[in-house]
Amino acid sequence: VTWTLYLPLVAPAVLSAAARPLAARIEPRHATWLLTAAAVALAACSTIALALLAAYAAARAPMLAAAGDYSQQVMRRGDPVSVAAGVAAALALTGAGGAVTWMFRRRARATLESYRRAARMSATDGIVVLPDADIEAYALPGLPGRIVVSTGLLACLDNRGRAALIAHESAHLSGRHHLFTSVARLAAAANPLLIPTVHAIDYTVERWADERAAAETRDRRLVATTIGRIALLSRAPSPRRAIIALGILGRCYLQSSLLLAGPVPRRVAAMLGAPPRRQAALVAICTTLVLFAAVAAVLAARDLHSLLELAEGATE
Amino acid sequence: VAHEASRRSAGTDRAARTPEPDDLAGGERRAPGALEAEILAILRLAQAPLSPGQVRDRLPAEPSAAQLATDPAERATAPKQLSYSTVVTIMSRLYAKGLLARQRSGRGFSYAALDDASLAASRMRQALGSEHDHSAVLSRFVSDLSTRDARLLRQLLTELDSGRTGDHG
Repeated sequence: VTWTLYLPLVAPAVLSAAARPLAARIEPRHATWLLTAAAVALAACSTIALALLAAYAAARAPMLAAAGDYSQQVMRRGDPVSVAAGVAAALALTGAGGAVTWMFRRRARATLESYRRAARMSATDGIVVLPDADIEAYALPGLPGRIVVSTGLLACLDNRGRAALIAHESAHLSGRHHLFTSVARLAAAANPLLIPTVHAIDYTVERWADERAAAETRDRRLVATTIGRIALLSRAPSPRRAIIALGILGRCYLQSSLLLAGPVPRRVAAMLGAPPRRQAALVAICTTLVLFAAVAAVLAARDLHSLLELAEGATE
Repeated sequence: VAHEASRRSAGTDRAARTPEPDDLAGGERRAPGALEAEILAILRLAQAPLSPGQVRDRLPAEPSAAQLATDPAERATAPKQLSYSTVVTIMSRLYAKGLLARQRSGRGFSYAALDDASLAASRMRQALGSEHDHSAVLSRFVSDLSTRDARLLRQLLTELDSGRTGDHG
């Protein structure tokens, strides 16, 4: 049955389509783990499916049939895959291998560089203050990691805002969030259909850190205003007329705009709402998708195996 | 001490002539990187951030006093102070390279040399790239905003300010 070969290939697209709504609803820590694990599992399943498709095409080659001592006629009759599809799969497999290698090297190099630089920095309590008027704050992974904040940004915040900022960045470091984003990128290198899932994971990681900051400062509004104000300060000022227009359009417009908005407004809106709850049903749906793909990949592998056995039997 | 001397010579010179806009890097007498190094040295010695004008005043005039003395004919024309725009250009180049920090002062910026830790941080920011870069492992507090997002964000914050007693959280 050919669907077992193709289902693992399209499952990543289904995950990617669902990733953004999932990221908005599931508690961020769970969402990060779930999406990352699902991305890796689906990347593996789709790679297996590509390998099987390529193997079917390769098995038709007379040379292999002679070497493997199986009947080419049986092979050809039972083969569910066209040669074109097999060749395309082989090419895609090669491309995926190259892309994963390339991405792995890039991320590994960047991570090592980050560790090296973090180790060289002299910091107080893990915080490096950069004398700079620009608005800048980031977490630098390392052993230990560093939080880098510009004086320009610190000047814009009161103590509570600073606490929220530091709590957010240290949540990135203690949660090793860069590992999730790196692993997700590797999965997407293997199957580009997973790219929207990577963006969703980038978002859930930020939300995870936001929720940690809210838990530590016990003030969701504080975290919301801190994110919002800093984001607006980081960019050039723009006319304020737009606010009035939006104010007239009201809440309904706001809610629908958020569906298409970038990560920062969605983070602020999420902090203004109630704390996220576990969403067992959504997690179950996502897990089911992965299970389907995995089962399909296993079935497809078994199909190829039994066909080969059949073909081997026919020569005796 | 050297700066005191150079400032004096620059001060007397400034009264005598107006700076030329095209006087990049002090003409052919200074090597290309030398002026950057001199400016960096001045900023490292300074206790407080300096404006480009203050830096220019501390730069020695060209050419050096020893050379001047050998040729009296040249002395009348040669001591050139760098133009303000040259100093601004070089200092913003140093800032772009991540070697200087700057802060607003009045209509322009004043600059300070970074200490080693900050220098490392600044270089790293450039080396590790932006959030759209796949090789970026650092996590910024906020990502870039589109115009639409900024508008939406203002709306959210306005609502937050006005709705302190409202239906939220």
